[in-house]
Amino acid sequence: MTMLRPFVVATMVLIASAALAGAQATVHVTPPNLDGPRNLADQTATAVVKNYIESWESLNAALAANQPEQLDRDFVGAAKQKLTETIRQQAKAGIRTTYKDRSHDIQIVFYSPEGLSVELVDNVEYDVQVSSKGKTMAAQPVHSRYVVVMTPTEVRWRVRVLQAEGE
Amino acid sequence: MRTGYAALLGGVMLAAAPMLGAQALTAPKTVEAGSSFSIESRGSGQATLYIVGLGGVVTRDVQLGSPISIAEGTVFNAGHYIAYVSTSPNEVATFDVVPAKVADISFLARPSRLPVGLRNGITGAVYVFDAYQNLVTTPTPVSFNISTPNAAPENRTAQAKNGAAWIALDSSPKEGAAHFVARAGGVSAVRVIQQVPGDPCGIKMSAKPNGKRITLQTDPVRDCSGNAVPDGTIVTFTENYHGGQSTVDVPLKRGVAQVEMPAIPGANITVASGVVLGNEIRWGK
Repeated sequence: MTMLRPFVVATMVLIASAALAGAQATVHVTPPNLDGPRNLADQTATAVVKNYIESWESLNAALAANQPEQLDRDFVGAAKQKLTETIRQQAKAGIRTTYKDRSHDIQIVFYSPEGLSVELVDNVEYDVQVSSKGKTMAAQPVHSRYVVVMTPTEVRWRVRVLQAEGE
Repeated sequence: MRTGYAALLGGVMLAAAPMLGAQALTAPKTVEAGSSFSIESRGSGQATLYIVGLGGVVTRDVQLGSPISIAEGTVFNAGHYIAYVSTSPNEVATFDVVPAKVADISFLARPSRLPVGLRNGITGAVYVFDAYQNLVTTPTPVSFNISTPNAAPENRTAQAKNGAAWIALDSSPKEGAAHFVARAGGVSAVRVIQQVPGDPCGIKMSAKPNGKRITLQTDPVRDCSGNAVPDGTIVTFTENYHGGQSTVDVPLKRGVAQVEMPAIPGANITVASGVVLGNEIRWGK
């Protein structure tokens, strides 16, 4: 319980920071339920969640503008390759998409023994909108459970796997 | 006249009925990654089908009113997708692509080199993927096997949750290259871990007179599991005499360390390697 308190405080700070930055999404973080031998420091958990939430901003910006380079800060490996290919396909089809996240309910579930990956699950609500030549073509509210694997890089945690599992 | 209006109104309602609440497309709720599937379409005429998700975008010219076949390998990234046709973009069908069977594993074993006999010294972490690099999130058994020459192999099984599994194992009491294998769904990955002798368990030296010098030599130096400590490990001989001190660092050669030091009557000679202190010899007067 004493270990839990700093994490909760850190989470509240994170939410406050997000609000100050103008983010619309509400973020709820459930205390970690770790499957693994390695302890997760509060500072690490806070950084992981913060960087993950920021990755949704990059994701939305990249897909809305069909600019894969906007993924560079927050994505790496398979997630980056797949999203880059999706953006290429969008551009070819003459469409753009926005993924506007409304709420996140996040829990860290795995911290690998050597400390080189963190896995979290996120029950996320977002609105997806498809447009072509400035005109909205289709829109849909979505509630999905995402499984996310993040790995540490030089200065931040980056998303290596971003996978929706459906409602 | 009234009858005419009623008939006209009824006709309009009947004509509109198929439009109300009828989706232009009906997609299966879930589709296995990379498999073929079919989307039912209503209406008539030509249109463009759009399938849009974070995992990819597919467009296709289609004939409405007949099933739209999506070929194997077209939609393969797991995730949530929406589908609509250009003639009815507001009528969105949704479906989820789920991972296929395990076809690949990402296996990280640490460390690559460690001393023998270390409790929970070896860890392995596995992520299980299908052929399209989708994380297989359904519970999947992952078996771990570690084998070292001249030592009994160790087998363990862990259940991958959310696509991840891990294990911690003791290093073998015997030195040598251990083959650490992770296996899931008929796919395996091997990592080699060097298990090296630990610190010396004890050091015993003997001394022989050699003119005005003493020849000091250790017995073969071994760790606490009986493995020979590697050549090159530094052994330090220290001779204390009448307020003076001589120290010589010698690497192990063929398992032993040997050195000559001045034969000073009354000198006290010690031997050590790392934090391990060996026996002590007092040289006679």
